[in-house]
Amino acid sequence: MSDLAVSPPALTPVPGQPWWQRYRVQISTVTMLVLLYIVFVVFAPDVYLRFDIYRSFMISIPFFGIMAIAMTYIVTLGQIDLSFPSICGIAGWAFSQLYISTHVFILALAVALLVGAAAGLINGLLVARVRIPSIVATIGTMFLWRGLVNVLTEGKGLPMAEITGDPLNKVFVGQLFGLIPAQFLWFLGFSVVLGLVYKRHRFGSHVLFVGDNREAARMMGINVERVTILCYIQIGVVAALSVVLLLNQMMYFWSSTGDGYLLTTLAAVFIGGTSVFGGKGTMIGTFVGVLIIASLEPGIIALGLTGFWTQFIYGLLITLSVTIYALMQRRRE
Amino acid sequence: MVEPVPLLSLRGISKSFGRIEAVKDIDLDVFSGEIVALVGDNGAGKSTLIKIVTGVYQPSAGQIFFKGKPVKLKDVQASRRLGIEAVYQERALADQQEMWRNIFAGRERTTHLGFLDIVREKLEAEQLLRGIMGFTSRAITMDSEVGSLSGGEKQGVAIGRALYFHADLIILDEPTMGLSVMETEKALRFVRGIRDQGKSAIFIEHNIFHVYDVADRFVILDRGRIVGRFRHEELSRDQLVERMVALHEAGQVR
Repeated sequence: MSDLAVSPPALTPVPGQPWWQRYRVQISTVTMLVLLYIVFVVFAPDVYLRFDIYRSFMISIPFFGIMAIAMTYIVTLGQIDLSFPSICGIAGWAFSQLYISTHVFILALAVALLVGAAAGLINGLLVARVRIPSIVATIGTMFLWRGLVNVLTEGKGLPMAEITGDPLNKVFVGQLFGLIPAQFLWFLGFSVVLGLVYKRHRFGSHVLFVGDNREAARMMGINVERVTILCYIQIGVVAALSVVLLLNQMMYFWSSTGDGYLLTTLAAVFIGGTSVFGGKGTMIGTFVGVLIIASLEPGIIALGLTGFWTQFIYGLLITLSVTIYALMQRRRE
Repeated sequence: MVEPVPLLSLRGISKSFGRIEAVKDIDLDVFSGEIVALVGDNGAGKSTLIKIVTGVYQPSAGQIFFKGKPVKLKDVQASRRLGIEAVYQERALADQQEMWRNIFAGRERTTHLGFLDIVREKLEAEQLLRGIMGFTSRAITMDSEVGSLSGGEKQGVAIGRALYFHADLIILDEPTMGLSVMETEKALRFVRGIRDQGKSAIFIEHNIFHVYDVADRFVILDRGRIVGRFRHEELSRDQLVERMVALHEAGQVR
């Protein structure tokens, strides 16, 4: 490996940062979740001390949770993707249309994933090659794909109730032991795999390095363009998979399918403590962020507030957490 | 006795930008295990010369030999493949990432499927920085973020990383710029470490006092030409300064 003269190092344990400082972001998010649940359990015990609400969480969380996990990579790069709800739309349309006309689940799934990958590739090329700021590029493709769905469907929906009879339907939205929804297992699986890749794989390491210091990454021989494009392809594919899960559950494709997930997905990532400046984030943070966001709406209702509060409280939490994390980062500099 | 082959030889190197000749007819040898300082005023051609060696610029005339063989340094990668690596202060480190991640950035140690061998990376980083580079600070671990290091220590990480990945010739562009007195001492100690490892360095520095302490040889550039060469033993620090001033003034008369 190295031909340097290595004198044996003193490998005595060295005092570094205390653990609570190293994991301050994870601790903040978990604390936020625990505080929320104390409020919920104290003020709405009949809702929050029963299993039903947790099963309904497990059904609904994965649709945007998986995308939040993938979005963590994009935000870590110092980029953003606003077009993924529209990728859900176009990939979902492809899935529904093909399933309705052929009833070949695998074919519809494969084409949907390919559509997601292609849409991601286009975003990646616009950002990495053409060098359009990602917020602008993905606003463009957001309207492009949603517009295309509207043209193709003329605003009409596609009913696909027959999908519940497909054996593969169980793989995506069945229930394990009649208790655990399959989509929740998909969400857990994705969180674990993408979480490991994020901090413990060469690819994740490159994403962190590019997001932290693009020029340094280039000097060290990391292919910045390739890393960026791959991250956009990844979220495109994940958006397509999410919408397939969703359609298996809902059995109906609307021309607006996917639209509602923009706010919740981004909120989960930012509440999870991924740095808005890039280069730093945690998958545990995003995972907990997903749980917080998902718990809010039913919590707000259970506390007796109207649903009109939901968006306001999402907005409040995003603004507060982004501010707190930014200040935490600044104070250390 | 057989003359040793120089690690790097420049013969008749010139570089012009339009009508301006930045460097002219440069002959320079760098041997293994020596630190050569390029000194001279602003605009003397020091930067141009090292950019030729690192492959950023192509010379307009002249030849370059590396380990006795003629080479063409057509870009930064070509220089790097031969073992010539430039260390730019801080610019190639990512502040929010851990020490070990910075050391192995772009050259990761992996187990299977591209997953990182973190245990090994940390151990090698620890051996490199504590064993070879002589990091002594107890507050720094391999899990520390590079941003928590001082300027001199960052310089040490960057130099250590270049040494570790087989750089034979390290180009240092003002490694003490902007550092405090204490930090300058640290950075200079890391520069001396290059020689201790039997590797070589070309060292550009404004501050003669810093140069004098670490360099084996001084090459004085003035308006694109080499106007003086001295060995460390030949001159005291004050004499070196006097020579530089005298050579510069002689050049103005010429």
